[in-house]
Amino acid sequence: MTLVLSADLRALLERWVRAGYPHETCGLLSGERGSGCLVIERVVQAKNLNRERAHDRYEVDPLDFLAADTEARALGQEVLGVWHSHPDHPARPSEVDRAAAWPDWSYVIVSVTGAGVQDMRSWRLNGDNEFDEEVIQP
Amino acid sequence: MNTVVIRIPTPLRSYTQGIDEVRVRGNTVAEALQALGAAHDGVLARVLSPDGEPRQFVNIYLGSQNVRAHKGLQTPVKDGDVISIIPAVAGGDDDKSQGPQTG
Repeated sequence: MTLVLSADLRALLERWVRAGYPHETCGLLSGERGSGCLVIERVVQAKNLNRERAHDRYEVDPLDFLAADTEARALGQEVLGVWHSHPDHPARPSEVDRAAAWPDWSYVIVSVTGAGVQDMRSWRLNGDNEFDEEVIQP
Repeated sequence: MNTVVIRIPTPLRSYTQGIDEVRVRGNTVAEALQALGAAHDGVLARVLSPDGEPRQFVNIYLGSQNVRAHKGLQTPVKDGDVISIIPAVAGGDDDKSQGPQTG
């Protein structure tokens, strides 16, 4: 599956991630399904409910999910995935990410350090419940 | 019996043949969910644990309220209510990264 993420939306994610550093930031991706691709039309930032370990954990506020889901449905879209940052870690899913992941969603991870955004990659669970990387294209 | 809509999140739509919301009848959230399970095999096991309560990584909202803050699954529903199945969205980084190593 290819994730289509425009330069503008990508820049928005990078801005939120940089602003949130050194804490993890998180949110949702909404859009439409294309032929062999997912076209992201909207990205939203969610509140991270995990205050105790905000530097290395995230938990999207269910109310933010509800709002994003409601808005996506009103636009004929759907919540297609999740994004979050890995401060001072690579843009690869951790075991914590894998254990909490749902099928049929894209998981965009943004690696960020004090020097700025280092990398952005997208992942999706395969049939063996492991992550495969998917292509991000503008 | 009241008719309510249950919103299905993308990760569970494989159980509902891709349908994003299902209209069911019931007087409580529990009855509505049981009706969903009767109509679509497998979905209920992803939402409720064997003891019949919402799974740890699933939230059930009636409108904008988490049913855990009310009467749980016994929360009554009215005609036209919307029940949302909300997957817990969580994770974080650790030192055991998954996936292929890349350049």
